[in-house]
Amino acid sequence: MKKIFALALALMMVLAAFAGCTNGTTEPTEAPTGTEAPATTDPTPDSGASEPSAEGEKLVIGGIGPLTGDYATYGVSVKQGAEMAVKEINEAGGVNGLTFELLFEDDQADAEMAVNAYNKLMDNGMQVSLGATTSGACIAVTEEVQKDGILMITPSGSQKECVQYDTCFRICFTDPDQGNYAAQFIADNKIATKVAVIYDKSNDYSNGIKDNFVAKAAEVGLEVVSEQAFTDQSRTDFSVQLQAIASSGAELVFLPIYAQEAAYILTQAQSANISAIFFGCDGLDGVIEKIGADNVSATEGVMLLTPFAADAQDEQTVAFTAAYKAAYNATPDQFAADGYDAIYTIKAALEQSGAKPGDADFNEKMVAAMTAITVDGLTGTMTWSADGEPTKSATAVVIKDGAYVAYAAE
Amino acid sequence: MMDLIANLISGLSLGSIYALIALGYTMVYGIAKMLNFAHGDIIMVGAFAVITTVSMLGFPPALAIAASVVCCVVLGVCVERIAYKPLRKSPPLAVLITAIGVSYFLQSLALLIFGSTQHSFPKVFSVPTLALGALTIRGDMLVTLAVTTAIMVGMSLFIAKSRTGKAMRAVSEDRDAAELMGISVNRTITITFAIGSALAAVAGVFYGTTYGFIGPYTGSMPGIKAFVAAVFGGIGSMPGAMLGGILLGVIENLAKRYISTELSDAIVFAVLIIVLMVKPTGLLGKRVTEKV
Amino acid sequence: MERIKKKMKPLAGNLITLAIVCVLFAVVFILVETGHATRHMRAMLVPICINIILAVSLNLTVGFLGELTLGHAGFMSVGAYAGCLFSIAMKDILPMAARFPLAMLVGGLVAALFGVLIGIPVLRLHGDYLAIVTLAFGEIIRSVIINLEFTGGAAGLKGTPQDSTFAIAFAVVLITLLVIMNLVNSRHGRAITAIRDNRIAAEASGINVTYFRMLAFVIAAFFAGVAGVLYGHNLSILSASTFDYNKSIELLVIVVLGGMGSIRGSVISAIIITVLPEALRELADFRMLIYALVLIVMMLLNASPRFAALKGKLHYGALVDAIRNKANKEGKAHE
Repeated sequence: MKKIFALALALMMVLAAFAGCTNGTTEPTEAPTGTEAPATTDPTPDSGASEPSAEGEKLVIGGIGPLTGDYATYGVSVKQGAEMAVKEINEAGGVNGLTFELLFEDDQADAEMAVNAYNKLMDNGMQVSLGATTSGACIAVTEEVQKDGILMITPSGSQKECVQYDTCFRICFTDPDQGNYAAQFIADNKIATKVAVIYDKSNDYSNGIKDNFVAKAAEVGLEVVSEQAFTDQSRTDFSVQLQAIASSGAELVFLPIYAQEAAYILTQAQSANISAIFFGCDGLDGVIEKIGADNVSATEGVMLLTPFAADAQDEQTVAFTAAYKAAYNATPDQFAADGYDAIYTIKAALEQSGAKPGDADFNEKMVAAMTAITVDGLTGTMTWSADGEPTKSATAVVIKDGAYVAYAAE
Repeated sequence: MMDLIANLISGLSLGSIYALIALGYTMVYGIAKMLNFAHGDIIMVGAFAVITTVSMLGFPPALAIAASVVCCVVLGVCVERIAYKPLRKSPPLAVLITAIGVSYFLQSLALLIFGSTQHSFPKVFSVPTLALGALTIRGDMLVTLAVTTAIMVGMSLFIAKSRTGKAMRAVSEDRDAAELMGISVNRTITITFAIGSALAAVAGVFYGTTYGFIGPYTGSMPGIKAFVAAVFGGIGSMPGAMLGGILLGVIENLAKRYISTELSDAIVFAVLIIVLMVKPTGLLGKRVTEKV
Repeated sequence: MERIKKKMKPLAGNLITLAIVCVLFAVVFILVETGHATRHMRAMLVPICINIILAVSLNLTVGFLGELTLGHAGFMSVGAYAGCLFSIAMKDILPMAARFPLAMLVGGLVAALFGVLIGIPVLRLHGDYLAIVTLAFGEIIRSVIINLEFTGGAAGLKGTPQDSTFAIAFAVVLITLLVIMNLVNSRHGRAITAIRDNRIAAEASGINVTYFRMLAFVIAAFFAGVAGVLYGHNLSILSASTFDYNKSIELLVIVVLGGMGSIRGSVISAIIITVLPEALRELADFRMLIYALVLIVMMLLNASPRFAALKGKLHYGALVDAIRNKANKEGKAHE
C-alpha cells in the first residue's frame, strides 16, 4: 500500500513538473525542438523520410481534428490520409528541396479545444494549416488563421463559414450543393418520385444538405413523404424511423449522413425487410467497410453521389487504398481521401508559387497560387475560386455485390 | 394499429436492454450507495470481448458470451477493489467522480486497443424476421425481450429467496446492522458488482446484436439512459429499474413516432420531469421519512 | 477575542484566496507582456477564467447548498446564447465598452430567470432525483436550442464579436469571487450551509428553506450565464453540442476535486483541470488515458488519510496552530 501511494505521488509530481514546463516556461523558440506528437508516435511513416529534413528545409503543416471522443473516427481518418500523402511526398524527395512535416492535434470536435490546438501548432512552427476536421471547430479556427494570414486548407469543413476569409480553402463540397445536386439527379434519372429523408438534426453537415434537398425536391417535382430525424443522443436505434418510412410508401430514402450512422440504418432496414432504395452523398463513402463483411448484403443497391470511392478502379485510388490498408489496417473513407488531397494541394501550391517557408511573402504567394492550380486528386479534379470553394464533380455509383459500380441510367 | 404494435415491440426490446443495464445501476446504488457511472462502459467491454473472442479466437457464440460475462465480472470486481473500495468512507460524490474517471479510462483504453472505428458485432444468434400480414417484427428483438424478461424474473427470485440475496437486501437496508449480524459487507458489495457487471455483459451482447456495431464510446449513451431509467423507477428499487427501463424505451419510441423525431430526447426528459414532480422518489422508490 | 478570531478566520482565508488569484494574474500578465508566454498558453487564459467562474458558482449549489446538480452547462448555454444574440444585435449600435458588460448582464439575468423557472419544480426534489432532473433540463435546453432557428440550430451561432480578453475575464473572476465569498460568509450563506447540514433542523430554527435554496440556485445560474457570455465572446462560433451533460460533469469534477465548499479549492482545481488535458498533448494517443488515470489517482489520494495529513501539515491554519502549540508548550515549560 505504501508503495502504491509513493508511486502515485511520484506520478503526480512528474505530471506537475511536466505541466509546469510545457505551460510555464517554454519559450516559443524552444517548442519545435520538443518531441512532436504525430512524428514520434508513428515511427513508420517518418523513419525513412526524416533524413533529408536534417539538412534540408521543412514545411510544417498542422492539422486538427477529433482523435478521441465520439467523433474520433473522422479526425483519425483525416490524420491518416494526410500522413500517407506526407510520407509519399517525402519519399519522392519532397518539393523544391523541402520535406513536409505533419503535426496533428486532437480537438474532440470542440471549438475551444480546436483554438487551443491551433495555438499549440503555431508555437510549434506551423506554416500551413489544415484547418479543423469538423465544421464548428474549423469556423473557430478560421478566426485565428485570419489574424496570422497563413494558408488554410480544410479537408472536410463543409459549412459556408469555414472558408470565410481570404486565405481559407477547402477540399470537400459545400453542403448546399450536394442537396441540390442529389434532388436534381434523382428527378432527372427518374429514380423515384416519393422520397423520404433520414437526417441528423444535431449535425450541421446533415442539416445543410437536407434543407437544400427538400427545397430542391419540391422544385423538381419530387414528393417528400417523410422527414425523419435523429440526434447524437440517439444514433443507434432507427427502428421507429424505418417503421415510419415503411408506412409512408417512400420509394427512395435519402441519407445526407455519414457512413457509420448509415451502417446502422442499412443493417436495421435489412432486418426489417424495407425495400426502398437508399441514396446518399459523399458522407456515405466507406459504408461498405463500416458495415463489415457480415452485413455487406445490406448495402446492395445503395446509390451514392460521390467524388471518391475506395473501391474505384482508377490507378491512383487503387494504389492509395492498398497503401492505406497496409499502413492502418482499415479501408479509407471520404475523410481520409480529403486529408490526402489536402496535402497534395499544398504541394501543388508550393510548386506553383515556388515560395520558400522563410520568405516574407510566403503566405501571400501560397494563397495566390491556390486559384491558379489544378489538382487531380482522389476526390476528383479540383480548381479553386478566390472565395475558397473547390470546383469538382461528383459521380453517381451503385453498390453491387459489395463493390461500387458506376451508375448507368436506364 | 399495426404500426403501433410494431413500435411497441421495438420499444419494449429497447426498454428491456435499458432495464438490464439499469438493474446493475440500481443494485450497486442500493448496496454500495454509489452511482457507478462506469457501468455503461462495462457494456462496451462485454461487447468487445465477444467481438474479440469470436472473430480472433474463433470461439463458438455460446462460449464467447460466457467469456464476455467472465471478463466483465473480473473487470467489475477489479474496478471496485482498486478504485471504489478505498473511498468507502468518502462522500458519495467523491466516488461518483472516481467512477467518471474509470469511465474515461475504459473508453480511452478501448480507443487505443480497438481504434476509433466501430466494429461490426458478430451474429451470435440469428432469428428470421417475422411477417404477420402488414406487421413485421425483428426476430432478434423478440429474443432480447424474452431473455431479458427471464433474467429479470430470475434476478427477482434470487434477491428474494437466496441467502446472498437476503444478505444484499440487509446491507442495502442498514449496512452497520448487517455487519453486526455477521454479514460480510465487503463480500456482499463484491458480489453485487460481479452480478451487475455480468448483467452489463449480457446487455452488451443484446445491444450488439440488435444494433450491429460497437465502438469505444458505445457504452456512454445507454449508460446515461439506464441511469435515467433507474431514477425514473426509483433508484435502489429493482422492480423500479425494470419498470423504468421498459417505460423509457417505450416512451422514447412512441415519442419519436407520434410526436417528433427531432425533439424525442427532450420529450423523454420532459416525461421524466413530470413523473418526478408527481412522485418525487420515482415510480416505485421508497418514500423515506426524514428525521432530525 | 475568541469570537473575533472566529469571525476573522474565514475572512483571512478569503483574503488569501484573492491574494493567490491576484498574484497568479500578475505573474501571468507579466509573462504575457514580456513575451514569455507561448500562444498555446495565452489561448488557455480565458478558458481558465471561465472555468473558475463556473466552478465557483457550481460550488455554491453543490458544496454549500449540498445539492448535486448536473445541469450547470444548461444555464451556461442559455446565458451564452442570450449574451451573444444581444451582442450581435447591438454590434453597430453600442461601442464594445458598453456592449460587452451589458451582454454579460443580459446573459446572467436570462440564465437567472431560467434558474427561477427550473428551480421552482426542481427544488422540490432532493439528492439523486434532483441531479437527474437538472440533467434532464440541461438536455432539454440543448435539444430545443438545436431545433430553433434564431440560435443557428445545429450549425451554431456565428458573428459574435470576439470581445473576451484575459483582463476582462479576470475582472469577472474577481467579481464572482467577491460576491460568492461574501454571500457564503453572510447571514444568507450561513443559512444555506445550515440547510445543507440539516434541513429539518434549519427549518425548525426558522430558516426559510425554499427561499434560501432558490437563492443559491439562482445566483449559481446567474454566474454560469455570465461565464457562458464570456465563452461565447471568446470563440467565433457557439454550438449547442458544447453544452451537453459531459460539460456539466466536467464542471462537477472540478468542484469535487477542489473540495466541496472550498472556493480556493475550486479555483485551483479549475486551473488544473483546464490545463491538464492541454499539457498532456505531448502524450498524443495516450492523452485521455493518462488524464483519466490522473483523475482517479487524485481522487484516491484526496481520500487517503496519509495525504490528508500531509495536506494538513502544509495548510496555513495548521501551520499557525502548530506554531501556537509550540509557543504554548514553551510558555508552559517556563511556568
